[in-house]
Amino acid sequence: MSAITIASPASGMSLRGVFGAYAAEARSECLRYLRSPGFLLPVTLFPTMFYVLFGIVMNRNADAATARYLLASYSVFGVMSPGLFGFGVSLAMERENGLLTLKRALPMPPGAYLLGKMLMAMLAAGVVIVLLLALAVGFAHVQVSAMQALALLATGMFGVLPFCALGMLVGALVKGQGAPGVINIIYLPMSFLSGLWIPLSMLPTVLQRIAPVWPSAHLHLIALQALGVRHTGIGLHGAVLLAYTAVFFLLAARRLRRLG
Amino acid sequence: METSVEVIARLSGAVKRYGALTALDGMDLMLHRGELLALLGPNGAGKSTAISLLLGLVHADAGRVELFGRHPQEIDARRRIGVMLQSAALPGTLRVSELLRLTMSYYPTPRSLEESAQLAGITDLLSRRYVALSGGQQRRVQFALALCGRPELLFLDEPTVGMDIDARQKLWVAIRRLVAEGCAVVLTTHYLEEAEALAQRVVVLGKGRVLSEGSVDALRSRVAMTRIRCVSDLDAAALMRWPHVAHAERDGVHIHVHTDAPENVLRRLLDADPALSELEVRRAGLAEAFTELTREDVPEKEVA
Repeated sequence: MSAITIASPASGMSLRGVFGAYAAEARSECLRYLRSPGFLLPVTLFPTMFYVLFGIVMNRNADAATARYLLASYSVFGVMSPGLFGFGVSLAMERENGLLTLKRALPMPPGAYLLGKMLMAMLAAGVVIVLLLALAVGFAHVQVSAMQALALLATGMFGVLPFCALGMLVGALVKGQGAPGVINIIYLPMSFLSGLWIPLSMLPTVLQRIAPVWPSAHLHLIALQALGVRHTGIGLHGAVLLAYTAVFFLLAARRLRRLG
Repeated sequence: METSVEVIARLSGAVKRYGALTALDGMDLMLHRGELLALLGPNGAGKSTAISLLLGLVHADAGRVELFGRHPQEIDARRRIGVMLQSAALPGTLRVSELLRLTMSYYPTPRSLEESAQLAGITDLLSRRYVALSGGQQRRVQFALALCGRPELLFLDEPTVGMDIDARQKLWVAIRRLVAEGCAVVLTTHYLEEAEALAQRVVVLGKGRVLSEGSVDALRSRVAMTRIRCVSDLDAAALMRWPHVAHAERDGVHIHVHTDAPENVLRRLLDADPALSELEVRRAGLAEAFTELTREDVPEKEVA
């Protein structure tokens, strides 16, 4: 009610009103996906299943260091999925079914829509990390300290952002049903080429050399650091991921502004 | 009187091309405060493009677009409008009340949830999930979303498609109520009776231009014809020679006469054939006027 007295009728909107719109958009975005398991379950369970099969079952006799390495790798593989699919596919669908058009016509504050999707992806990434940690500790007997677990959770929840931006770019370029296919063509090869399935050191030299091109390779190094597998600093890799996020986001935003 | 009315949105010489197709070919259109304007036209006439320009969804290639004196992409201009588009797949897992609250949050001084729901006649649907509603119910929810922000200008793009007659008439009542409160409405529709029932001003579009503009009566009077139909054995060819008879033909036992002076012709008809029966007199409606207008347009425009 108090918002009404602050806002002058029919023109500007109070800061509180704008904040309320952002909050309402984020809440709706989270609610709608939490209520549609058909979308959220595959996005979170697909990488989890990969970890169970290839990280745990296939590596039953792995030593402690290897087990920890695998957890870091599959964590990165896991958080890419909500970023790329959660963001990219839903954007591509909503560009096709008219929801985005309606939102653009309505006075939704610019960015509220994207922020809502971003929060949802961060939440899903957090769920993936918690699932993987539980599996790792419970079945693969990986030793993880509370600090390491928290560091991995933070890595996942923030590490999803460059993939949100990449997903957004794909969603801005491809409309509707074509998006999942395009995203898989990016997701699976990029995971392989970043050493998430097979350690980089076991891949051909050429592939090792070009690995720094992939954002997932940088996130992999940060995840390894979070679990105490390596100790060489993460500043540069964080900066590279930030730059990727900014570039993908700006390209996507430009394309969306022009085309809708 | 029209000159004193405030213009709240306008297209001036707006041109929009999609590749080789010219959707709008220098269109001028003004929307006045508090009026209900119906935009009519066959498919491809430019109705949707005109609306998209006014909503800031597409950019004009040339000309000016203004919404409350601003560019429509400025959010402050759009905070004064409400929108109901032809097709929008709203998130199905959200409840109607959640969709309404979300849309209300975009506006500075929205109506209350109860008032919006009551105006659109969806009070009984508030706790339902959107996906579980019928097509007609979904349209009513979309209408509620359009009016919940207390807009000064409401865009309704084919609002009653998919509604049964009862729902359509309820929507008409709600639209009239909004107009009575001073809300301007732009309505596009395929149903001419809808424009006839609601509109104060009708703009007919064709090939990206305004073909005609005026009140429903003015548009109708452009086709100043009345149709007379009756059972009679008078000779159609002889009737054709009567003054004020534009057309006469026989169809079985029936005679059809088109005239611009029905009173004169009727008096003479009744005199000429005392046995005349099953008399029907019908004024040309908006449908005839519309057909006439858009048909006239074809030969001259196809040359260009």
